[in-house]
Amino acid sequence: MGYVLDGEGLDGLVRELARDYLVFAPVRKVGAGRFTDVDQVIYDFVDDASQIELDVKSDYSFKELLTPLSQTLFYYTEDQVREAGGIGAAGDPAREGDARDVLVLMRACDLHGVKRLDAMYLHNGPEDSFYRRIRDRVHFVLLGCPQTFEHCFCVDMGSNVAPDNWEFSLERSDEGYACAVANESLRPLFERYATASRDVVPAHVTQNEVHVRVPKTVPLELRTSPVWDEYNHRCIGCGRCTLVCPTCTCFTMQDVAYTENGRVGERRRVQASCMIDGYSTVAGGASYRKQHGERMRFKVLHKVYDFRQRFGYDMCVGCGRCDDVCPEYISFAACVNKLSDAVDEWDAQHEGSVARDA
Amino acid sequence: MMPSNNPYIPFSSKVLEVIKHTEKEYTFRMAFEGEVRPGQFFEVSVPKYGEAPISVSGIVPGESVDLTIRRVGVVTNEVFEAYEGENLLLRGPYGNGFEVERYLDGECVVVAGGTGVSPVRGVVEALAASATPQDKHVIVGFRSPNDLLFRDDLARWENLVDLILTVDGAPEGYQGNVGLVTKYIPDLPLRDPSTAQAIVVGPPPMMRFSVKGLLELGLAEENIWVSQERKMCCGLGKCGHCRIGEKYVCLDGPVFNYTQSKQLLD
Repeated sequence: MGYVLDGEGLDGLVRELARDYLVFAPVRKVGAGRFTDVDQVIYDFVDDASQIELDVKSDYSFKELLTPLSQTLFYYTEDQVREAGGIGAAGDPAREGDARDVLVLMRACDLHGVKRLDAMYLHNGPEDSFYRRIRDRVHFVLLGCPQTFEHCFCVDMGSNVAPDNWEFSLERSDEGYACAVANESLRPLFERYATASRDVVPAHVTQNEVHVRVPKTVPLELRTSPVWDEYNHRCIGCGRCTLVCPTCTCFTMQDVAYTENGRVGERRRVQASCMIDGYSTVAGGASYRKQHGERMRFKVLHKVYDFRQRFGYDMCVGCGRCDDVCPEYISFAACVNKLSDAVDEWDAQHEGSVARDA
Repeated sequence: MMPSNNPYIPFSSKVLEVIKHTEKEYTFRMAFEGEVRPGQFFEVSVPKYGEAPISVSGIVPGESVDLTIRRVGVVTNEVFEAYEGENLLLRGPYGNGFEVERYLDGECVVVAGGTGVSPVRGVVEALAASATPQDKHVIVGFRSPNDLLFRDDLARWENLVDLILTVDGAPEGYQGNVGLVTKYIPDLPLRDPSTAQAIVVGPPPMMRFSVKGLLELGLAEENIWVSQERKMCCGLGKCGHCRIGEKYVCLDGPVFNYTQSKQLLD
């Protein structure tokens, strides 16, 4: 069941939703991009439909809502520890005292990304209390994708059709805007603002310009293959690819001392990246993966192989943001295809031997 | 302190004793009543300096755990001294640890280097108390005679198990064994290497060459166990730093069978 809205109707709908919910949506920040006169589309809270950017892919994903860049875990004094978090705490989506649920507008790929974040934070080891606290307040609105954007490869990753965890969908249509409504309790609201009701099926991408071939299995020998060597020179280890990725979850702990002797302060976790120096440094200074090519291997194999070995599906959702953002124009998609070619070559050379993960 | 179900919130534990092994390595005997096994680790907070995963080097059930901490420059001597009689913040224990029973019956080889002795200390104690301590071969290596840890234990183990204590290098006139731990592996007097169990813990190159030596001696891959050490920020399978391939050292390890660990490439 769905509805058609005109511009005025959408305005009213969003204004009314923003009374009951915090609405988190892609927003165009004029002039905030990387170069002069370039905009940036990032997530922010909105209370007006005119603020929502419906027509392009956001440069950064929604994920900072669920996994804030910096999040205080607890405060400590000499012999006391006080848990942080909750409404209005550092990293909480809401302003102080604001316990409203959050409506996040996102595309199919990102909705699949949420499943990956949940896998890590809720199902890999004990449940993460801080993540759970925010996650329970978050609901999703699906942004339909009538066509692919640059660098997207959601079709090949199987994440072009959204999972069924959204309340309603939103996209442009000939009549203005079209919404499919999955949450029955929202119907009266739509009835008030719609110009008509009709069946709406959220649009999804059926054809990308970019194609990837994910390797079925990666022999251990290929982990030290020359495939990775070019990235020793091309990659500068800036970590942007992981920061824009809707499925990257790594963090590092940081203690912030309030006093000289360090006995009073707080512990935070901040987003971390396997592409950036220091990620694997152990006490004493030793570290793994000093070469950027090795870091590329660590990241790429996680996205299209290692995660699948553990959870049963690939981590990468094909949003292509890593390829959008890379300052060295490295293509993750091309790298995956090179890896698959190398795997095919290896298989041909070792024909008859049983694939180790078969 | 309020008890918390939040796995990130540490609990306060009293430092019962500080045992100084060398200038750089101290053992903190911490009050801890819960269950713990050798090879598991705690996340130890030193406020301002952060949290670090530290293996359990000794257990008094229901009473205390020993945490042997190496001072590597960030956590200063003053910080160490300051904590005697005070409290440290702990989380844990984490990780799988050693299944001690596995090593008690037949022949067993333990190869440990430096602070790698910490996680196996409890295992060696169990081997020494087993029915066949003479079949338990323990090779322990340190950098120099000044770097020895657990001197009292070593002296005791000498009379219980087949102990080979060695140092990488020593000043002239040193009476003991000098050489890497790998030097002693080929001459281990095993009756049936194919069924012997082995544990290897230490710096990565030492583990690699020790395992190679054990395989050459005829030990089976599936009977060799190693304990891995990686950067960890959470110990809960979340922060990502300790991941190798599909494994998380904090959840799936730190003890791995060699058939698994040989598939892990950092």
